[in-house]
Amino acid sequence: MEANEIEKENVLLEHPVLVQKVKSRFGKSIIETAIFRGEITHVIETKDIADVCNFLKYDLDFQFNFLSDLIGVDCRPLNSYFEVVYQLYSIPHKYRIRLKVRVKEGENVPSVTSVWRTANFAEREAFDMVGVVFEGHPDLKRIYMPPDWEGHPLRRDYPLVGYKDQYNPFGVEKK
Amino acid sequence: MGVNDGNVLFTTLDNIVNWGRRSALWPMTFGLACCAIEMIAAGCSRYDTDRFGIVFRPTPRQSDVMIVAGTMTKKMAPAVKRLYDQMPEPKWVIAMGGCASAGGPFNTYSVVQGTDLVVPVDIYIPGCPPRPEALLYGFLQLQEKIRREMPSVLAKFKS
Repeated sequence: MEANEIEKENVLLEHPVLVQKVKSRFGKSIIETAIFRGEITHVIETKDIADVCNFLKYDLDFQFNFLSDLIGVDCRPLNSYFEVVYQLYSIPHKYRIRLKVRVKEGENVPSVTSVWRTANFAEREAFDMVGVVFEGHPDLKRIYMPPDWEGHPLRRDYPLVGYKDQYNPFGVEKK
Repeated sequence: MGVNDGNVLFTTLDNIVNWGRRSALWPMTFGLACCAIEMIAAGCSRYDTDRFGIVFRPTPRQSDVMIVAGTMTKKMAPAVKRLYDQMPEPKWVIAMGGCASAGGPFNTYSVVQGTDLVVPVDIYIPGCPPRPEALLYGFLQLQEKIRREMPSVLAKFKS
């Protein structure tokens, strides 16, 4: 407990701007902030994610000009939501930060393709594998699986061996 | 006794057709995964499939053999079927490696559990990936298989 507090202090000393300025600017949009081993994670309100990303990219104190990765996560056995995780990197400042949004089945996430063009393929991946729908994406279609594929393979309720078809006699029988 | 001495050799038509077919097996330049690297190595100078008359061709229309080298995904399967259909008869298929033979370690939603679910297979080569020697042995086995074929009998059934 105490060690964790010390680490928290150290991080705050190292790059306080990543926590303090984001919190002061988007206090209402931040659901929670976690600091673990020097990694800062902000959980953002879903509707505000594009604004937060836009700010983080263009503000001179941050300049997060590189979207390292964008991942969809199915959190469902424990929680009732999906997560979208944004891993950002600031090449000028050498900062790293992680943003998360939580979204329920049927809800949409604002697309960040207008902020980083590389989000185009990453959001298509998250849509293909987990089924998160991104609002405002220019061409949201499958990227890995064939266009006529049914279901989202990385969801928890999708069987690991897939469904039985002409290519897989060992698959799970489709109900 | 040489052919140039004015001698006559007696054989059957089946034998000479099979000799022609098995002595110039042209595989298609076509790889799906890491097995393709071993296939390339087999074609290069160290292992040198050319000495068996095995010359890789860049188009299915000039190929006799299709080497399915690597993991075949369900997305790739229609393309493999199409390439197979574009090859002229007679044609043979070698399933190279565990994945092409039976899905290998990938009993997953996206992987075809064996090439024989898509196209008929003549030779299965085990290994992950098989060494070039294993691929060469597979070719020798295929040549042996072709040597025992009877094209004249097959032609009667096909017509």
